[in-house]
Amino acid sequence: MWVTEGTWPACVDAVRALPGDVTLLHVVDVATAAALSGPVGLLGRSGPADQGEFLLAEAAIELLDAAAARLGRGAVRQTRQGRPEREVVAACADVDLLVLARDGDRSRLGPRSLGHHARFVVDHAPCQILLVWPESTPALRTLPPPPHHDQTR
Amino acid sequence: MPTAISLLLLLAVLGFAVVRPRGLPEAVGAVPAAVLTVVAGLVPWRDAVHELGDLGPTVGFLAAVLLLAYLADRSGVFRFAGAVAARWSGGSPQRLLGIVFVIAAAVTAALSLDATVVLLTPVVFTTASALAIRPKPHVYACNHLANSASLLLPVSNLTNLLAMSAAGLSFLGFAGLMALPWLAVIAVEYVILRRFFADDLATPPHRPPVEPVPAPRFALAVLGVTLAGFALASPLGAHPAWVALAGALVLAVRLRVGLPTLVRKANPGFCVFVLALGVVVLGVSRSGFGTLVDRVAPHHPDLLGLLAMAFLAALLANVLNNLPATLMLLPFTAHSPGLVLAVLLGANIGPNLTYVGSLATLLWRQILHKSGHPPVTGEFLRLGALTVPACLIVGVASLWVSLRVSGL
Repeated sequence: MWVTEGTWPACVDAVRALPGDVTLLHVVDVATAAALSGPVGLLGRSGPADQGEFLLAEAAIELLDAAAARLGRGAVRQTRQGRPEREVVAACADVDLLVLARDGDRSRLGPRSLGHHARFVVDHAPCQILLVWPESTPALRTLPPPPHHDQTR
Repeated sequence: MPTAISLLLLLAVLGFAVVRPRGLPEAVGAVPAAVLTVVAGLVPWRDAVHELGDLGPTVGFLAAVLLLAYLADRSGVFRFAGAVAARWSGGSPQRLLGIVFVIAAAVTAALSLDATVVLLTPVVFTTASALAIRPKPHVYACNHLANSASLLLPVSNLTNLLAMSAAGLSFLGFAGLMALPWLAVIAVEYVILRRFFADDLATPPHRPPVEPVPAPRFALAVLGVTLAGFALASPLGAHPAWVALAGALVLAVRLRVGLPTLVRKANPGFCVFVLALGVVVLGVSRSGFGTLVDRVAPHHPDLLGLLAMAFLAALLANVLNNLPATLMLLPFTAHSPGLVLAVLLGANIGPNLTYVGSLATLLWRQILHKSGHPPVTGEFLRLGALTVPACLIVGVASLWVSLRVSGL
């Protein structure tokens, strides 16, 4: 199960009903790490180099702890660092099912409900996928009308 | 030949400052380079002493502001800012981004970009994580605003302090001309970041309980009075550095911070580095490279001239670093406040293109693969490529309007 900020509770709720062993995976985005620890203060000055790493590690532990507590049963915790979409796909090499949440436009049904990272994972993961809506699912009436030439035919 | 030597010295100084072998202070590389600049005859010693005398008050001001920011942090100002941001955001990523923009712009303007990078960014990250919000957009916002929101006041950026003394602008005169560009550039950053990180900002809000943090009223009041003091000091004939020092001392007494800590947190090593860098850059500007820059640089503060100057400064800031770029361009622009401010637009906004500050920094880091620092990601470079040109154009246009309105 891919645990990301904001959407993980929906994933946990979906996983709870499933049998089998669960792995909670969180990926620390290398871009966030870079932005946190880049020496961009006055020339030559920068914060302690390991401060960013420390904050990221702490946040990852808290996130996985919260997910494990909501799940309510034993689960393996895994933290990776890199480009999230690539790391998630790589972590799927030997799992049966990946559970992840949509992270795009939640107001209507359609392709925009998948953000760039989730889109990449859905397109490339080497396993079965369970894609859940965080919070409620949009109503069917948000479906766009069929293309014009279909209506006139 | 003198051109090559002076440029080599400058690159060596910058490289040393970035790499800091064995954690040695950056001044260890810069001071010998400054001495070599004088010994090699690139700068007559009288001129070097004159340069140091010019830079002295500015660097003192910087030290006092760094101290002020440190003491504000010790008083809990940044923790309080984080708690306020968490409460007002209601757990919404988008609203948190807006609040982070306001806080980061205010902190950068009042306490310098350094305070935003070193003190505010970790707080923003922790706040976002605690709200189960993806922290990337908010951390990037701090990173970008540390540069692009450092336009408003002379204290916001060391480059501004250097420019204020070079152009003979008063504290309020500077702020008056830069207020419109500052607002315009922040607006551009906001629009671009909102779109760039639309995915990460679209996650549903959670409302975990936020522990209230009591407002550090005393520290906030001291900061407010100090800021007002900056504006009042110039007309009264006092250097604003004294105001900053007074504010810092009041906080230090209240917090019972010892003198050794105060001296250490004023970063004397960094101040010496800036002074030495000034001499090394003087060597470069007096060489053939300076002549070349003078020939390329525009001399009239019309819209095109301002735009060309801002892009030239941004280019130099990215090739060298913003500090040497500013030191190098100021002598050629001192006759026109408009051109000086255009240099600042370029030198302050430009570093967002390569998040490590400049190409020089980037190369040094790639070459030496400094441990503990993750590599530059394409995402950051793309964001810089989007925001920097847009901010420069909008910033220059609003500076031109400010100049026209004020009749300069």
